[in-house]
Amino acid sequence: MTDVLIIGGGPAGLSAAAAIAARGARVRVVDRDEAAGGVPRHSHHPGYGLREARVLDGPAYARRLVERAIRAGARIDVRATVTDLRPLVGGGAEADITAPGGRETVSARAVVLATGCRERPRSARLVAGSRPSGVLTTGWLQRLVHLDQGSPGTRAVVVGAEHVSYSAVVTLAEAGCRTVAMVTQDDNHVSFAAFDLVARARFRFPVLTRTRISDIHGGDRVTGVTIERSDGRRGHVECDTVVFTGDWYPESDLAVRARIDRDPRTHGPLVDTRARTGTPGVFAAGNLIHPASTADACRQDGKRLADGVASWLDGSAWPDAWASIDVHSPLLWSAPGHFVPGEAGPIRLQTARPVNSPRFQVEQDGRAIWHGRLPYIRPTRPFALPAAALAGARGPVRIRIA
Amino acid sequence: MTAYDAAVIGAGAVGSAIASALTRQGARVALIEARGDVGAGTSKANTAIWHTGFDAKPGSLEARLVARGHRLLEERAEEFGWPIQRVGALLVAWDEEQVARLDAIIEQSRANGYTRARAMSADEVYAAEPCLGPGALAGVGIPDEGLLDPWTITLALATDAVVNGATLLLDTPVSRIDRVADGYSIETPSGVVSCAWLVNAAGLGSDLVDRAAGHSGFTITPRRGQLIVYDKAARDLVRHVILPVPTATTKGVLVSPTVYGNVLLGPTAEDLEDRTDTRVTPEGLDFLLGHGRRIMPELLDFEVTATYAGLRAATEHSDYCYAVFERYVRVAGIRSTGISSCLALAEQVCGDLAEAGLVTTPISTPRTIRMPNLAEDRPRPYADADLIAGDPAYGDLVCLCERVSAGEIRDALASLVPPRDTDGLRRRTRALAGRCQGFHCGARVAAALAGRP
Repeated sequence: MTDVLIIGGGPAGLSAAAAIAARGARVRVVDRDEAAGGVPRHSHHPGYGLREARVLDGPAYARRLVERAIRAGARIDVRATVTDLRPLVGGGAEADITAPGGRETVSARAVVLATGCRERPRSARLVAGSRPSGVLTTGWLQRLVHLDQGSPGTRAVVVGAEHVSYSAVVTLAEAGCRTVAMVTQDDNHVSFAAFDLVARARFRFPVLTRTRISDIHGGDRVTGVTIERSDGRRGHVECDTVVFTGDWYPESDLAVRARIDRDPRTHGPLVDTRARTGTPGVFAAGNLIHPASTADACRQDGKRLADGVASWLDGSAWPDAWASIDVHSPLLWSAPGHFVPGEAGPIRLQTARPVNSPRFQVEQDGRAIWHGRLPYIRPTRPFALPAAALAGARGPVRIRIA
Repeated sequence: MTAYDAAVIGAGAVGSAIASALTRQGARVALIEARGDVGAGTSKANTAIWHTGFDAKPGSLEARLVARGHRLLEERAEEFGWPIQRVGALLVAWDEEQVARLDAIIEQSRANGYTRARAMSADEVYAAEPCLGPGALAGVGIPDEGLLDPWTITLALATDAVVNGATLLLDTPVSRIDRVADGYSIETPSGVVSCAWLVNAAGLGSDLVDRAAGHSGFTITPRRGQLIVYDKAARDLVRHVILPVPTATTKGVLVSPTVYGNVLLGPTAEDLEDRTDTRVTPEGLDFLLGHGRRIMPELLDFEVTATYAGLRAATEHSDYCYAVFERYVRVAGIRSTGISSCLALAEQVCGDLAEAGLVTTPISTPRTIRMPNLAEDRPRPYADADLIAGDPAYGDLVCLCERVSAGEIRDALASLVPPRDTDGLRRRTRALAGRCQGFHCGARVAAALAGRP
């Protein structure tokens, strides 16, 4: 019998495994990839582990997370895919798992969904044109180059201008593929200014803002794209590779199958400050609930939910009423999406547009109960308000930028 | 010298069915395909509906063959292992003008020998299809319409032909056809194929083949159909094939589940000049989204897994262009009902050729093949504990969204009609057909195709 089944062995799942196993529970992590570690495993650039004042590259960061979980006593199964999840009466769930070692059904008193997110591919973005090869996502590109030593093409257009888009440029360059343009519908890139400057100085490509790809051309292989600016002007860019980056969407398939309540704003499971979903014994964490935050933010989620899992295993009741957390434009969503009054916790938020020095206000019944300021916020880069923001809340709250 | 009794040009569903039937009749058959794979034209990009023919033109050849083909596909489903699902269709009227035409649609179905279509009130329509958008006034239920797997059917029939002795010639465009004393001589870049009987099932190229063979009965106008495939999470929204009331020019935009567990929205109907233009256009997508928003607004909240376009082989004639000449059979203008009617067309061709003088001795015990299952309503390898216990490769999932195992990819690559590229592999296994479109598995699928571990 497994006490805790953790689905997904990325930063959130592995850190949850380490923290829960350290308390003596029997923890099993299943990951469908050929090794645990999640997205950092194939992100070969430094910038991981900054929270611990370390500079690691992705694979090294992933290895540390795996080692810690194993040292704490967690069992990790790789190439193991959960194909269905059914909540159990009285809490927890049973999962059907397919792996080379066999097909099995596992019941657990607590389940942590940590399945992460994916980049939205060309089809989900409804980009017209023909269907040649050479159109991929950063995830595909990085696995192709780093895990399989494959080659993309020679001239790439990168769609998106967020952190991961610059990561794609670096990976393309390592594989001998030149980035000929980066296109974004926004007014500016939304990564760090330093990333943008260094990347553009080193790889010499234009960032075409307020621009989208309207058409992809080519027979067997991409031959070019039509770009369209917001004023309607069009142009043609010759390329043999198109990389769709970012625009993250949660991997919520299992949550849908298990009929776990979802937050329509994020499309991931609706959770509270203790990572509890609406289904007793089922928790959710990481980029499944706030796509796409940094690996460190996901790791914090994993650590934080250990108390709640332990207390559920000890027999605490599951809440049946929550107070909502609404957000006001330009904020797009909050994770958690609701909370039990009295249970404060950090709130991750996403903004639709850049704001410098935003002053946040948490309101209850139309009255401000908390204020706070951040230096800046940028689209595609979720950020957090501290637990204090919810400390005084006794009912539904609304978060706005004053 | 006549190398083959019959040459079938075009290895789509129709050509493959004809090749299979003739081969089983004992004929030496060449199945000639211009593209690099079977079923890579109209047969690969369509709405995958298992038609009853209820709405065909009464008295037409199409009406008779679709009705017959509908039965044959079911009769042979067990033998070949291809999935078909009798989910039923629901034809919905959205305004009074459409309501007024429902009686005529039911009468037409009766004239076609289909007796189970029945009128439904708005309440019945919503009870049958609760997620339908507001404004449906009435409908017609057609309980025997359903879903099929166009890729597996075509591949099964081509494989059946090959396993029983037919020669499949891929990448073999026909450059010239000459009538010779005892049949035809077909010139291709890879050599001359001689045959006693010529069958033209060349789909989008069938008028060109017709002319090369010395005839001129029709012209193909490719009619493009763009489609949107929604995420499997949307499958629970839709229970039936939801049809609009057809107009004089088009059957209109439908919403339908697929046997694979997705939901389809489409098609458009655009007459084109270019026989290769399978591009998806911004206008086409907008048009479909507009219809989808009315038919089933909730559907549009789901993620789009794929968009694609197919070309139907339409002609200036309203019926199939079917004709038997001295040693030539024209099987053209099949438009959008070819998979439903393919087995009946094959029966027809076999009968007509026998009557015209093709004498063969049927294979007494044809070899049979069984296709791997791609449908969601029956177990696939990932859920088969015994299979995985016997061969761990079936538990080693490569395409995670569609749960395609390394074992299935290996089997496809080792099959009699193997895939040559990722598109072919996708049609045979569903690898890369899922929501991530390669984010997780693109690199590993490409490696498997290239023979790397």
